[in-house]
Amino acid sequence: MTVEEKLAVDKFHVDEEFAHIEVDKDGDAKVIDRLVKLCPAGLYVRDENGELTFDYAGCLECGTCLVAGKGTVVKSWNYPRGGMGVEFRLG
Amino acid sequence: MDEEIFDAVIVGGGLAGCTAAYVLAKAGCEVVVVERGSYSGSKNMTGGRLYGHSLEKVIPGFAETAPVERVITKERLSFLTEDAGTTVDYTTPALADPACASYAVLRAPFDQWLAEQAEEQGAMFINEIRVDDLIVEDGKVRGVRAGDDDLYARVTILADGAVSLLGQKLGMVPPLDPHKYAVSAKEVIQLDEKTVSDRFGVKAGEGCAWLFVGDPTNGHIGGGFLYTNKDSVSLGVVTTIADIDYNDTSVPDMLKRLEHHPVVAPLIEGGDIREYTGRMVIEGGIAGVPELVRDGVLITGDAGALGLNTGYCVRGMDFAIESGRLAAETVMAAKEKDDYSAASLATYTAKLDDSFIMKDLKHYAKFPTFMEETRRMFTDYGPMLNEIMSGMFTVDGSAPVPLKKKAMGSVKKVGLMNIAKDARKGLKAL
Repeated sequence: MTVEEKLAVDKFHVDEEFAHIEVDKDGDAKVIDRLVKLCPAGLYVRDENGELTFDYAGCLECGTCLVAGKGTVVKSWNYPRGGMGVEFRLG
Repeated sequence: MDEEIFDAVIVGGGLAGCTAAYVLAKAGCEVVVVERGSYSGSKNMTGGRLYGHSLEKVIPGFAETAPVERVITKERLSFLTEDAGTTVDYTTPALADPACASYAVLRAPFDQWLAEQAEEQGAMFINEIRVDDLIVEDGKVRGVRAGDDDLYARVTILADGAVSLLGQKLGMVPPLDPHKYAVSAKEVIQLDEKTVSDRFGVKAGEGCAWLFVGDPTNGHIGGGFLYTNKDSVSLGVVTTIADIDYNDTSVPDMLKRLEHHPVVAPLIEGGDIREYTGRMVIEGGIAGVPELVRDGVLITGDAGALGLNTGYCVRGMDFAIESGRLAAETVMAAKEKDDYSAASLATYTAKLDDSFIMKDLKHYAKFPTFMEETRRMFTDYGPMLNEIMSGMFTVDGSAPVPLKKKAMGSVKKVGLMNIAKDARKGLKAL
C-alpha cells in the first residue's frame, strides 16, 4: 500500500478554514529535501517541476516538520483547532 | 467577576494528564483536564508497549480491567540486512509477573479507559478544546486560555505531549533539537487472535515485543518495532530526525521496507492495515530534560522530554504516568501549604530525582551520545552477524572453511579493535 492509501484508512476531521501548518515553497532546498523524507504522512512532495507541494489535510500531527523546518520552510505550525485533525481510533 | 478557581487545570488527556487527574480527584481536589482531541487518546500513538510498574502504583491490578492487548512474554531483537536477519529470542512467563509486566497497548482505547477512571474519581474532562495560551499574571501561571475563554487554576499541569507549544511559549521548553528527537511511523495490521498467537508462538493473552536494527532504517540510527496486539500487530519504524541527511530512504519507505523484509513479511501476510499513525519519540536522555517547574506550573510526560530509549528498551508511557502522579502529589502538598510558588512546587523536581525517572535517565546519561557516535551498530553489525550465520548454515557441497576462519573473516571487515572499542563504550554507557 502507498502512504496515500494508508492515510485513506485513517479518520480525519479536516478543518477547511484553518491551515494549521503553513510552508514557504521557496524555502531552503536542503530543508525541503529533509521534510520530503521525514514526514511520515508523505505530505511534503516535490512535483514534476521540483516545486514543493504540501497539504495539511492528511497531517498526523507529529511535529517532525516543526523540529526539522521551523523558521525556514515551515512558516507557522500549530495544532489543528479543538476536535479537528486526525482522530486515532487505535493509536 | 466570580471566577471558579480549580486546584489544577491539566492540559492534555494522555497518560500523564489522566494519571495526574486521577490522583488529584481521588484526593478530593478540584481538577479539570482540557484535551484538544475528541476523546483521550484520539491524538496519541505508541509503538507500543507499556511497562506497567508505574500505573500499578496508582491503580493496583489495573491490567485486569484495563484494555491491555497482550502481556509480553517474548522479547525479540533482530539485526537485519536487506535479505537476512539474525534474531535473539528471550521467552519466559516470568516476564508476565505483575511486578515487572509490560503490555502491548493501543492508546485510543487505553487512554479512554484511564480518563474514565479519573472521571469516576471526580475529575472533569473538557474535550475538543485546544488551549491556545496560558494566563500569566505577575510572572505566575494562573490558568489557561482557549479562544476567548479563560480557566483559572492554582496550578497548571502541562501534559501536552512531545510538542509542548505551551512550554515553549513560557520559555521553559527550548525549541526541539533534531538530534534529541526521532520520528516514528506505525501501522496496525489486522489479523485474528489465533493467527497472532500461532505466528508468534505465544499463548492466548501473551505477546511478543520485537525490535529490529539495521535494514529498516537503511543502516542509519533508529530501527523497526513490532508489538503483538490481541488480534493485530503494530509495526513501525523510528529514525533520528537529524540523521535523515545520511539516508536516501523516506520514513514511509522505511516502513514499506520492513513490511517486505523476509523476516517480517510472512508474519503479517494477509493482514489489513487498519490505521496509520506517526509521532515523535524522545531520544535526548537527561540532557534533553527542560525546566519543569515555575510559579504555578509543572511539566509532565513527553512535554518534559521524560522518556528513555536504550535501543533495546523504549520507554515513555511509564515515565509519563509516574511524572503525572508526582505532579499530582506536588499539587496536593502545595494546597496544604497554600503556596503555589516555584519554591513550593520544587518538591516536584525532588520527587522526580528520587524516582526511577531521573535515576534511570542519569544511569543512561551517556547512551544517547553512544548511539549517535556508534554508527557501526546500525551499519556493520547486522551484515557481520548475518554473514557469520550464512557461513555456518549454508551447505552447498563446496569445500568447508573452518568456522573460526569464517567468523573471523566477517569480524575482520568491521575490525576487532572497533568491536572492542564499541563494546567498551557500550558497556560504560549502559
